[in-house]
Amino acid sequence: MKLRIKFRKYGPVRFIGHLDVMRFFQKANRRAELDVAYTGGFSPHQIMSFAAPLGVGLTSNGEYMDLEVHSLTSCEDVMQRLNAASVPGIEITSVKILPDKAGNAMASVAAAEYTVAFREGRGPHFDLGSAVDRFLAKDEILITKETKKGSREINLKEGIYEMKVVESEKLYLLVDASSAGNIKPIQVIEALFSENGETLQENALLVNREETYLRNETDALLPLDAIGFDSEEAYRAASGDTE
Amino acid sequence: MNEKLALNDDILMKIEKPARYIGNEVNAVVKDRDSIDVRFCMCFPDVYEIGMSHLGIQILYGMLNSWDDVWCERVYSPWVDLDEIMRKENIPLFALESQDPIKDFDFLGITIQYEMCYTNILQVLDLAGIPLLATERGEDCPIVIGGGPCTYNPEPIADFFDIFYIGEGETQYRPLIDLYKKCRTEKTGREEFLRRAAKLPGMYVPRFYETTYHENGTIASFRPTEEGIPARIRKELVTDMTDSFYPMKPVVPYIKVTQDRVVLEIQRGCIRGCRFCQAGQLYRPVRERDVEVLKKYAMEMLKNTGHEEISLSSLSSSDYSKLPELIDFLIEECDKRHINISLPSLRIDAFSLDVMSKVQDVKKSSLTFAPEAGSQRLRDVINKGLTEEVILQGSALAFEGGWTRVKLYFMLGHPTETEEDIRGIAELSNKIAATFFDTVPKEKRVNGRVQIVTSTSFFVPKPFTPFQWAPQCTKEEFVEKAYLTRKAISEQLNQKSIKYNWHEADVSVLEGVLARGDRKLSQVLLYVYNKGCFYDAWSEYFHNDVWMEAFEACGLDPDFYSHRERPLDEILPWDFLDCGVSRAFLEREWQKAKNETISPNCKQACQGCGAARFGCGICVEPRG
Repeated sequence: MKLRIKFRKYGPVRFIGHLDVMRFFQKANRRAELDVAYTGGFSPHQIMSFAAPLGVGLTSNGEYMDLEVHSLTSCEDVMQRLNAASVPGIEITSVKILPDKAGNAMASVAAAEYTVAFREGRGPHFDLGSAVDRFLAKDEILITKETKKGSREINLKEGIYEMKVVESEKLYLLVDASSAGNIKPIQVIEALFSENGETLQENALLVNREETYLRNETDALLPLDAIGFDSEEAYRAASGDTE
Repeated sequence: MNEKLALNDDILMKIEKPARYIGNEVNAVVKDRDSIDVRFCMCFPDVYEIGMSHLGIQILYGMLNSWDDVWCERVYSPWVDLDEIMRKENIPLFALESQDPIKDFDFLGITIQYEMCYTNILQVLDLAGIPLLATERGEDCPIVIGGGPCTYNPEPIADFFDIFYIGEGETQYRPLIDLYKKCRTEKTGREEFLRRAAKLPGMYVPRFYETTYHENGTIASFRPTEEGIPARIRKELVTDMTDSFYPMKPVVPYIKVTQDRVVLEIQRGCIRGCRFCQAGQLYRPVRERDVEVLKKYAMEMLKNTGHEEISLSSLSSSDYSKLPELIDFLIEECDKRHINISLPSLRIDAFSLDVMSKVQDVKKSSLTFAPEAGSQRLRDVINKGLTEEVILQGSALAFEGGWTRVKLYFMLGHPTETEEDIRGIAELSNKIAATFFDTVPKEKRVNGRVQIVTSTSFFVPKPFTPFQWAPQCTKEEFVEKAYLTRKAISEQLNQKSIKYNWHEADVSVLEGVLARGDRKLSQVLLYVYNKGCFYDAWSEYFHNDVWMEAFEACGLDPDFYSHRERPLDEILPWDFLDCGVSRAFLEREWQKAKNETISPNCKQACQGCGAARFGCGICVEPRG
C-alpha cells in the first residue's frame, strides 16, 4: 500500500537541502515506527519517492512524499506519529492512501503554485501590476537555460499557467513543474525584470511553494493528494478488494 | 521552534552547507532562558560533520541538559567560507540551539581530541570575541574549560584555558557548576571562582601554576603559585559504567556526518597495553557496561534517533566479555528493523568472521588487521599481541568465507625499528596475498584476485605511554622509511595484489611536537594563528612552512620536543598530572620494550600499573 504524505517546510529548516530532507524522513519514519516496506539486500532502503525537489532557502505548504507500507493503523494516526517524530518546521498536513494504479509522486508532478515576495529593498522599481500585464501579453518569453550539456533557449510563456499580483508587492504564480518543462519562479521573475530593463538582485526573492499539482485524465490540475483515499476502507472499496 | 538565526539569509544562501549553522536538529535541546541558571556551550573545534560524530559531546550534552538549572548548547568551528564572512562582518560566534553569542554564556567547554585542532581553538575563541589569553579575560567572558585526551598534556595550550578538566567528564561537572553558582551568589569574581575550582578533583587551573626552565630548555620546576592549590591532579574516572549517564536521545543531524549512527559504548578502557597507545593507558582500568543495560540502550536509542545503523564503540570490542550475547541480540532485533550493524575493532577469528558474514556483504566488505609493526621482534617491542600465525590463519579463514579484501595498518618509526622490520611489512602483506592463492582454488576466485591495502602512519610518541621518553623520527627519517616500505612491497612476488598508502610526514612531526610540548609552545600557536593558520587537521589548510617560520621566530627548536630521547630524570611537562597509571609502571614497560619483552594483558595477569587504586573494572574482577 502506498501512502501519499503532504508536508510543509518553513522556518530555519528551509536551509536543509532536498537530499537531507529525504534522509530526515527515512529517520522520522523509523522514529514514528511506521510499517515501511524496504528493498532487499545488505543495505535495505525504504521505498519512497518525493514529488518535486524544493531548493535550499525556499519554504513550502505543498510538499509530497510517497511511502510504501505493509500496513497502517489509520491515515490520521500516521500523520500524528510522524508529526510527533518531526522537527519544528517540517509539519505533515495530510496522509492519504493512493490508488494502486497511481503513478509515483515524482512522475505525477505537472505544475506548482508559488507566492513570491521581494526582500526589502530588492523589489522592482517599475509598477509590478502593469509589468505583469505586458509580460503576459507577449507571444513568447524566451530565456536561456543553462543545462549540463550547454545552454538552450526555452519559451517561458508556455509554462506560465497563471501569474498575477496579489497584495501590493507579491506575485502569485502557477507554472509547469513537470520533469520535461519545469520552471523555477526565479526564472520568471528574472525575465520580468529583464523585460523592464532591470536586473534582479542576488537573493531578492522570498519564495513559498503553495501547492504541487498533478494533471488528471480530463487535463485538470489537482493537488497531488486529491486522488488519495482518507481511509483503508475507502481504498479497499475503490479497488474492489473485500478482503 | 527557535525561529531566530544568527546568520542572515544572504549569508546562509551563500555558504556551503548552511545546515551546519541553523540548529533545530532532532533531539537538540531548547530551554527557556529564564528558567535556567547556567548556560554552557560545548564545542568541538572542527567542522560540524566531525564534531557531531563525537560520542563524548553527546554524553556531556545529554548529562548537562538532564539538569534543570543548566542549558547546554553546541558550537563547532565555522568552515573557512563562513569564517571569512564572520570576520568581515563582525558576526560573533554563536551557539546552535539559541543562536545567541557564545560570549554571553557562563561556560565554553572545548573537547580537545587531537593536536592539530589547537589552532581551531584559537579560531573559536577569536570569533566568539573572547580574549585568547585566559588571564586577559574579564568578568563578562565565559569560563573556558578544556577536556579530552589532549588535556593529558595541556601545557602547549595552557595559556588559552581557564580550566582543564582532567579525565572522564561524567563525574565533576555537577560540583563545578554548583561551585560556579555559589561564587556568583557570593559575587566572588572570576579569579576566586577559578581558585576554588582548582581545588576540586580533576581540575587544573593553569594560571595557578608556574614553570621554570633550565638553560637547556628542559623544565627545572613546576609548582603551584599559591598555598592550597594541589601540586598534583589526578584524573577523574567513572567507577560504574552501568550507572553512569548515557544519552538516550543523541542529537540527529540533518546533513550526513562522519558517524551517522547510534553509538553504543560497550566498555571503556582496554586490557591490551600496546606501548604506543595513549588511550590504552589513559582509560585504565577497563570497565564493562552490563549487557542487559546495553540491549535496552540500543533499542531506545534506535527508536529515539531513527538511525539506520548501530555501531559498537570501545577500544577493543572483542575483549568485551558478553560480546556474543550482545551481537546475537542485535542481529535479531536489527534484522527485523532493517538496521545495519557496524562492528569496528574486532579481532579476526572464527567467531568474528561468522558475525561479520551475517551483518555485512562479504563481497563488498574488507577485513582489517592492525599488526602495527612488520616483524614479530618489533611487535614484541610495542607489545602488540598479534602474531603472524594468527593473522595468516584469520586471513585463510576469511578467504574461505569469500572475503577478498584485506586492509592492513602499520606504523613506521617505532622505537628500535630497523630496515628488517620495515621489510617485514612488505613480507607480511605478501604472505597474506599468498595465503589467498593457496586457500582459494582458481575457479572460486572472484575476479581472480585478492586486494591487500597496506597503510602506514608515522609513530607519534604520546604522554603517559611507555614511549613518552622515546625520540620521534625526523621528517627525513619518516620519508625514508615510507620509501623503504614502498620499495620492499614492489619487490614482493604478489606486489600486484598490494596497494600501499602512506601519510604525510610533516603533520606527524608537528603532532609529536605539540603532543609532548611545554608552555612555551603557546607562542608558536599564537604566531601561526595570527598568520592565518587554522583547520590544520585538514591537509588543504595545513601550511608546514608557516609553522617552521613560527618556531624560528619564537626561538624554539621542534627537534627539542620530538627528536630527543628524554632521560628518565627529566621533568616532563605533564608530570604533575596523575593519569592513574604509575610512573614506575611506565618506566618498567619502557625498559621491557627495549628488551623486546612482552607484557601479558590485564585479563591474563595484573602488571601493577597503578589503576587498581580506583577499585573498579577489571582490577576488582576475578581473573581467568
